Order: sequence, then structure tokens, then C-alpha cells
Amino acid sequence: MPTATISGVAVDVNDEGFFEQPDQWTEDMARELAAQEGIAELTDKHWQVIRFMRQEFAEKGTGPTVRVLGKTSGVTVKELYELFPKGPAKMAAKIAGIPKPRGCI
Amino acid sequence: MSDRIVILGGGTGGTLTANRLRKALPADAEITVVDENDQHVYQPGLLFVPFGLAHPEDIVRPRGRQLHRGINYHHVGIARVDIDAQEVHLADATVLPYDLLVVATGSRLVPEETEGLLGPGWMERVFTFYDLPGATALAGALARFERGRLVVNVVDMPIKCPVAPLEFCFLADWYFHEVGVRDEVTITYVTPLDAAFTKPTAARTLGGMLEDRNIELVTEFNTGEVDGEGGKLVGYDGREVPFDIAVVIPAHSGAAYVADSPGLGDDLDFVLADEHTLQAHVRPNIFVIGDAASLPVSKAGSVTHFEGEVLVENILRFLRGEPLDAAYDGHANCFIETGFHKAMLIDFNYDQEPVAGHFPGPVGMPLLKESRLNHLGKLMFQWFYWHALLPGRDIPGVGPDMPTAGKDIAPAAQGG
Repeated sequence: MPTATISGVAVDVNDEGFFEQPDQWTEDMARELAAQEGIAELTDKHWQVIRFMRQEFAEKGTGPTVRVLGKTSGVTVKELYELFPKGPAKMAAKIAGIPKPRGCI
Repeated sequence: MSDRIVILGGGTGGTLTANRLRKALPADAEITVVDENDQHVYQPGLLFVPFGLAHPEDIVRPRGRQLHRGINYHHVGIARVDIDAQEVHLADATVLPYDLLVVATGSRLVPEETEGLLGPGWMERVFTFYDLPGATALAGALARFERGRLVVNVVDMPIKCPVAPLEFCFLADWYFHEVGVRDEVTITYVTPLDAAFTKPTAARTLGGMLEDRNIELVTEFNTGEVDGEGGKLVGYDGREVPFDIAVVIPAHSGAAYVADSPGLGDDLDFVLADEHTLQAHVRPNIFVIGDAASLPVSKAGSVTHFEGEVLVENILRFLRGEPLDAAYDGHANCFIETGFHKAMLIDFNYDQEPVAGHFPGPVGMPLLKESRLNHLGKLMFQWFYWHALLPGRDIPGVGPDMPTAGKDIAPAAQGG
């Protein structure tokens, strides 16, 4: 399994850079991961989504899809795309330090 | 006391479960099936209706007649389930108490969740073939279509039969060739996925087939709006795809009563269940089959069929107070119609993605490869559906577990 060094700490990631072990993640890492994805500053709205992603993963074992995010996170799908322009489900999962959402089969 | 079993939904899963249970249980066990309408649609047939290859009357039969003697049948809407009181409340105020509940109400289309989809142009230049009225209206529109841009758009996953939109593209390519206007028509497949299909090997094969047929592929497109008047899809990321006819597969949710039944469903009104035993997470005396379940499997008739045997075995064990040990392995098996009287077959499960080879063994139908035999298989399957699958008869040589003999499985990929 590949590792990546984020905020000076080695973490387990998959070959697309998604965390394999969400408990290795810290809030500092989120800032660095966001910068890598082109988000200069994480706003309160970003954090709301990031915390929601982690909570969903803890409860359900997979990150939510964009549609579920829009229904349940308190942030509309339009806003989600403004916050995470490259695709909210994947991008927010990466920054939130959870595995790539299983999404659809 | 005799067992009271209530089965919600009289489609593929509900019907085959009721029929199998009737055979397996003593006569004093009460089996009741509820469905809001009496039209059992052979859903794989919907794909053929827009191209004049099937007619609505060919693919619809009364639900009640597919159920064996000794099964009660209520033709009425479901209002809600009270999982604590163990009661189903029907739209006509009837209350059905149960000892064991089977949720088999499938999924429903929710076009209203997409901005503009039901607005101007709906059923005029914006269609779906995922229900009978849509497929029928689309047949008329395609027959009149001589030039322009045909766009096939999957709004969001999960959908029923994830290969059907691709099959629609392949058949459209064939259809416009047949009527001699293929050069005047562009076909574009617009998907939220990052490739033509979910599983990598099949995605490569299917992606190549789109390219060979000159069908444009637009990936990672999340449809924010369908503008029927302006003739364009608008993505949440701002991308636009123009169309003259749009064939849209709307987002899917579970049945509406699930939302009104506290605790029963997830955020999309599908029912979370153990992926091997099919027992609902929420209560041990609730089981789920088919599209109604929130499981990491395709929403497809073959999945429902393979789940059926496992489900019935586990229900019988549950009623006897024994541990559930029947295990569904995620087996799915799909014919993919590819046009020009050919089809492909894919066969896979939770662990094994679709690969090449033959099904169900080394001598059999070719996998992940177009052939006339597969096309005949696809056409013949309709007979099996009404006469073997729904009545709950086993199909010789095809069990619920995915076969590995005959498959080209690389040793390193096995069990992946």
C-alpha cells in the first residue's frame, strides 16, 4: 500500500491519494490536502462538509454521494460544487481523509 | 401460532419470494402480497419498445396471475410500515400485522429531483425509456427523428440496470443505420461515472464499443438542469451538452412509503441490509430483496433472481429460530444488447469484476464478447422470466453462486 507524507506524517493512501485509515487524519492535514486540490482557504462551509463526510463514513462505512450530500449535509448541491469544484463527493472525501466513496455499482 | 408473512411489492422479487415460500411453508402459514397496481412489467423489455422491437402489451401481465394459489393479494397502495408494532398500514386503512416482512417494492423514478426535467419539452423532446409511458412516447419520437443530436443522460447513480443506457446507445446506432439516417444523427452518452461503466475491465470494452460506433462519451457529468426549451443539459460544473432529443434516466429512490416509515430506509429510501443474508439492519424480522435494498450490487433482475433462493432459505431458518447461514455472493448476470442482432454477456459478484470467458462453464455463452448466441439468450430470457423465474423454479445449470469455471481470471486478481 502506498504512503504519502502530509503535514510531516506518513499516512496510508490508495493510488489516487485517498486515505485508507481515516484515524490517521488531522485538521492540519485537511488544510494541506485542500491546498493540493487548489483550495487556498477552508471556510466554515468547507468544514461543515468535511465533518459531515467523516461522520457519514464513521456511521455507514462509505462516503456519501453528491445527491445524498445535497439532501442531508445542509449545503445545497450548487453550493457544494462552488466549494469543491472538481466534484464534491470525491474532493471532499479526499480532504476529509476518508476512503474513496464506493458510489455506485 | 401460524406465521404471518407480508411481502411488500408484487414485482420480480416479491413474486418469486411468495411463490417459493408457498411451496416451502405449511398451508397454515399466511402469505400476503401487496402492490399498488396490477401491472407486472417485464422491465428488460422496456429497452426494446422505443425501437419498435417490443410493444407494451407484450411485456405487461397482471400481477395477481403470477402468484400461486394460497397467496393473498392486495391491490392497494402502501401507506407506511410501523416496525415497532409490526404492522403494515395500507392506503385503504387496512392494517396487516406481520411476523415477518419482506420489502420488495423496488425503486421509483424521481424526475422531479432534477431541475427542469419535468418542465417544457418533457415527453416532447425530453423522454425516458425507464417506464412504459416514456418508452412508448419515445418510440414515436424516434420514428420521426431524421437528423440531429440524440443525447442519452444518466442523472445519478444508483439506477436500475446500469447497462441499459449503454444498450440504448448501441440500439440507437443500429436503428438509425437501419432507417438510413445514421450519418445525420449524432449520439452522445452523458454519465456521472468516470468511464462508460463501473467495473474497469468491462468499462474498457464498453468504452471501446462506443468509440467504434462513433458514440461520443461525456464522463463525470452531474446533471444540474435539463433545459427542454433551450435543448441542453447543464452540469453543476457549468458544462453544457446540446440536444434535439434527450433520453434521460432520472434519479432513483426507494418506494415513497419507506420515507413515511420511521427507521426503515436510508437517505434515499432504500433499505439497508446485510449483503450476504439480506436481513435488514433495522429489525431481524425484516428482509429485503431486489432494487429496494441498499446493497453494493446492481439493481437488476438477475440480482433479484439469485438473491431469491438465499432469501427464502434464510426466511425459513429465521422462522424456525435457526441462525441464518445462506449467503448471497453478489452474483449478477447481464445480457448487454449491442445492436445488429448481437449481445454481450457479463457475469460478476461482490469480489469478481466481469471478465472474458464463457458462462456458466467452459462450454457456454461467451462473456464480455458480442455474439448472436447472447442475443438469442437475451430474447429467450423473457420466456424463462414468466415461466421459471417468477414461479420459483430453478434454472438447470444456473445456481445463485457465481461460477468461476470458464472465466478468464488472472490469479492475482482472484478474490480481489
